[in-house]
Amino acid sequence: MTDFQEKVDETIKMGLEIVKETEEDRLMTLSVGPQHPGSGHFRFTVKVDGDYIVYCDPDPGYVHRGEEKMSEYRNFIQNIPHLERPVIHDSNNITYSYSLAVEELVNIEVPRRGQFIRAIASELNRQVYTLYWLAIYGIFLGHSTMFMWPTGDRELFIDLLEALTGARVTHAFNIPGGVRNDMPEGFKERCLRQIAYFEKRLVEYEDIFYNNPLFRQRTEGVGTLRKEDAISLGVTGSVVRASGVPFDVRKAEPYDIYNEIDFQVQYMKSGDSFARSMIPFLDMRESCHILRQLLDKIPQAGEVRAKLQPNPKGPAGESYKRVESARGALGYYIISDGSPKPYRVKISVGSFRNMLALPFLLVGSKLGDMPSIYWSLNYWPVEADR
Amino acid sequence: MASAPQKFTFGNFVASVIWLVFWILVIVTLIVLPLIFIILFYVPLPPVEGEVLTPYLFFSMMVDPSRTLPIIKSFIHTDIFRVAVFPGFMYAAIIAAATIFIERKFLAKMQLRIGPLYAGKIEGILQLIADGLKLISKEIIVPSGADKPIFWATPIAFVATAAAVVALIPVAPGWVVANVDVGLLAVFAILGFFPLFALLFSWASNSKYPFIGGLRALHQMIAFEIPFILSALSVVVLSGSLNLSEIATSQNPYWFILFLPISAFVFYISSLAELERIPFDLPEAESEIVAGWLTETSGMIYGLLQLGTYLKLYALAALFVILFLGGWSGPQIFPKELIPGYSGVQIYNAITVNAAFWFTIKTFGVIMLLLLPRGINPRIRIDILLHTGWYKLIVLSFINIFVALALVYGGIAGPGGLVQ
Repeated sequence: MTDFQEKVDETIKMGLEIVKETEEDRLMTLSVGPQHPGSGHFRFTVKVDGDYIVYCDPDPGYVHRGEEKMSEYRNFIQNIPHLERPVIHDSNNITYSYSLAVEELVNIEVPRRGQFIRAIASELNRQVYTLYWLAIYGIFLGHSTMFMWPTGDRELFIDLLEALTGARVTHAFNIPGGVRNDMPEGFKERCLRQIAYFEKRLVEYEDIFYNNPLFRQRTEGVGTLRKEDAISLGVTGSVVRASGVPFDVRKAEPYDIYNEIDFQVQYMKSGDSFARSMIPFLDMRESCHILRQLLDKIPQAGEVRAKLQPNPKGPAGESYKRVESARGALGYYIISDGSPKPYRVKISVGSFRNMLALPFLLVGSKLGDMPSIYWSLNYWPVEADR
Repeated sequence: MASAPQKFTFGNFVASVIWLVFWILVIVTLIVLPLIFIILFYVPLPPVEGEVLTPYLFFSMMVDPSRTLPIIKSFIHTDIFRVAVFPGFMYAAIIAAATIFIERKFLAKMQLRIGPLYAGKIEGILQLIADGLKLISKEIIVPSGADKPIFWATPIAFVATAAAVVALIPVAPGWVVANVDVGLLAVFAILGFFPLFALLFSWASNSKYPFIGGLRALHQMIAFEIPFILSALSVVVLSGSLNLSEIATSQNPYWFILFLPISAFVFYISSLAELERIPFDLPEAESEIVAGWLTETSGMIYGLLQLGTYLKLYALAALFVILFLGGWSGPQIFPKELIPGYSGVQIYNAITVNAAFWFTIKTFGVIMLLLLPRGINPRIRIDILLHTGWYKLIVLSFINIFVALALVYGGIAGPGGLVQ
C-alpha cells in the first residue's frame, strides 16, 4: 500500500513537471453521493488521477437525526421505537444491546424463554440485514441477478419476523425485561422449513456469485486490509474477521444464552474485498446453525418478559453492553441519574468504525474498485450518522 | 392535478367510436378525396403491369382489392421499400423492439421475477410503447455549458450510423439494401465510428462522469476492434470473399462455426464489448460513474441512443449469423404456393420467405446468447478488460487465422476444397 502510494505520488510529480499545471488541474474531483447510485445516504469526495484514486474524504452526517440527544428526553421504554430507526433492517440487534444495558441499570433478570426468543429474533434479523447488504453488493458490481435473488429470499425471514413480532421491518420487539410477546403457534416448524430452503439457496448464491471468475477477478487482492492495520483502525465485525482476527462479541463476551450455543467464528486471512464479502455470507450459514440450536433448546413454556414497573428506573449509575450486530460490535453506554430518563446515551456502532477504513483502502486503488471496496466494508450510512 | 376516475361504460365507448367514424367519413369524403383527385389529375403516375394509374383505377380497387396486388408487387421491388421496410429500418426496428421485450422477460425469469406485466393485457407486451411515449413526452434537458450542436447531433448520428450497418446486412438471397463487394470491410469501417460518437457526446455534455465514461468507451472499443476484425478475417480466408451474401452462400453444407469455433467465440466476446453489455458495460457503470457517457441524456435523446444500441445489437447478431451460422440457409418449410391453384399476380416467394424466417430465427438465437451474460455476470474492471482485449483475444484470433489457413492449404475448406 505505502510503496504503491509513493509510486502514485511520483507519477503525479512527473506529470506536473511535464505539463506545468497545478495539481488541482491535473486531478479530477468526483463527488460520490448522496445523489449517486453508488453511495447511499452518504457522501465522499474522491480525487482521481487518471483511473487511480489519490485522495478520499468521507463526509458522513447526511442523515444525522440526533438519536442520542433524543434519548435524553424520553424514558427507557419510550426510547425503543426511535432507537431502532438508524438501522431498520437490523432493528432487533440495535435494540438488543440497549435492552441489555437498561436491564443492568434497573437490575432485572430476563426469563430464560425470553432470552431464547430474543436470540432467535436477533439471528433472523441478521439474515435480513445481510441479504439486503448482499443485494446491494451485487448491484454495485453490476450483477443484477444477485440483486434480485437476496431481495426475494429476504422475504422468508421478514415473514418469519412478521409472525413473531407483528411488524415486517421495524419490530420494536426487544424491551428491557424480555420481549414483547411470545412465539406464535407452529413458529418452530415454519422456521425450520424456511431455513432448510434458505440453505439450498445459499449454495446457489455461491455458484452464481462467489464462484464466478469475473467476481473473483474484481475482488481478490483488492483493497487489502492487513491484520495490524485492521486492529489499529479499530474496525469490527465482518471487516476485522476478514483480516484474520477471529473476534465476535457472541463468542468473546457471550450475552444472554449465547454461551450455550455451539458455533464457529468465521474468519479469513486475506483481508481483501473478497474475504470481506465472503464473511457475511459464511455468517449467514452459521446463523442457520445457531437458529436450529436455539429452536431445539428453547424451553417449551414460560414467561417471556420480566415484570417491570410502568416507568422503570434504577439507582444512579452507568452501564455498557454490546452485542454482535450484522455489522460488528454494537454497544450502548448509558448513564442514569436515578430518574426514569437516561442522563446520557452513547451508541457505538460498527458502521462508523468500518468507515474509518474507507480512505485508507481507497487511496491508491482504481476507480473501478470503489464500489467493491466501499460496500464490502459493511457500512450502513444511516447507522453511522445516528 | 389529481381527479376522480371517470365512469366509463361500454355504451359510451361504442358511442364514441361511432362518433369518430362519422367524423372521419365526413372529413374524408368532403376534403381528403377531392384533394387526392386534384393532385392525381395533375401528377402523372407511372404505368404498373401495363395499366396506367388513374384516379378511376383507385375506384375499381375499392371494389376489387385484388387489383392492388400489382401495385404492391411493384412497390416491394423498389429501393424505398428495401431501405424503409424489409431488410432495412422497419425490420431492424421491430427486431430491436422485440429484443427489448424479450430481454426484460428473459432476465426476469432468470431472476425469479415477473417482468413487465400491466401495459397491454398480455404479459405487458405494450410496455415498450409505454416507455417510448414516456420518453417522447419528457423534457430534454441540455446541460448548461454543453456544446449544443454536437449534443443534439450525436444521438441522431448514432442512430443513423447503426442503421447504416443494418443496410449492409443481407436477410435473404438478393434482399439487401446495399450489396457491396467489400461488405464486411464496410461494416467494420462503420462500426469504427461508434467510439467517436461516445467521446463526442461525453465531451459535449460538459460533465465529469460522462467524460470518464467516454474515455472508457474509447479504450474499450479500440481494444476490442482488433480481435473483432481478426476473427472475421479467418472467415474471409475460408470463403474467399468480402461480400456478405457470398459469405453466407459459401457455407452451404457446413457452417463456418464447425471449422472456426474459436473465431466465433472471439467474435461473440468482442460483440459484447462493442455493444457495452454486461460484463463489459464499463462506460455505463452506474455504481462508479453514475451512467457513464449517458449521464446527461434525457427524454428522447436517451431514447435515440437506446434505439441505436439495439439496432447495433441486431446488426452484430445478424453479422454473427452470416459469418458463422450459414446465413439464411435452412430446410424449406414453407409451401411452394400459399393458395394452391391461384394463378394471379404472385407476391409470395417461398424461397425468400423461408430464408427470411430462418435468418430471423437464428438472429434471435444469437441475440439471446448476447443477452444471457447480463443475468449471470458482474461487471469487470477496466484493466482486466484491456488485458482480455489486447492479450488474450488477439492471440486467440491469430491462432484462428492459422487454423483457417491450414484448412485452406490442406484442401479441406475454402474455394475448391473437399467440403464444397
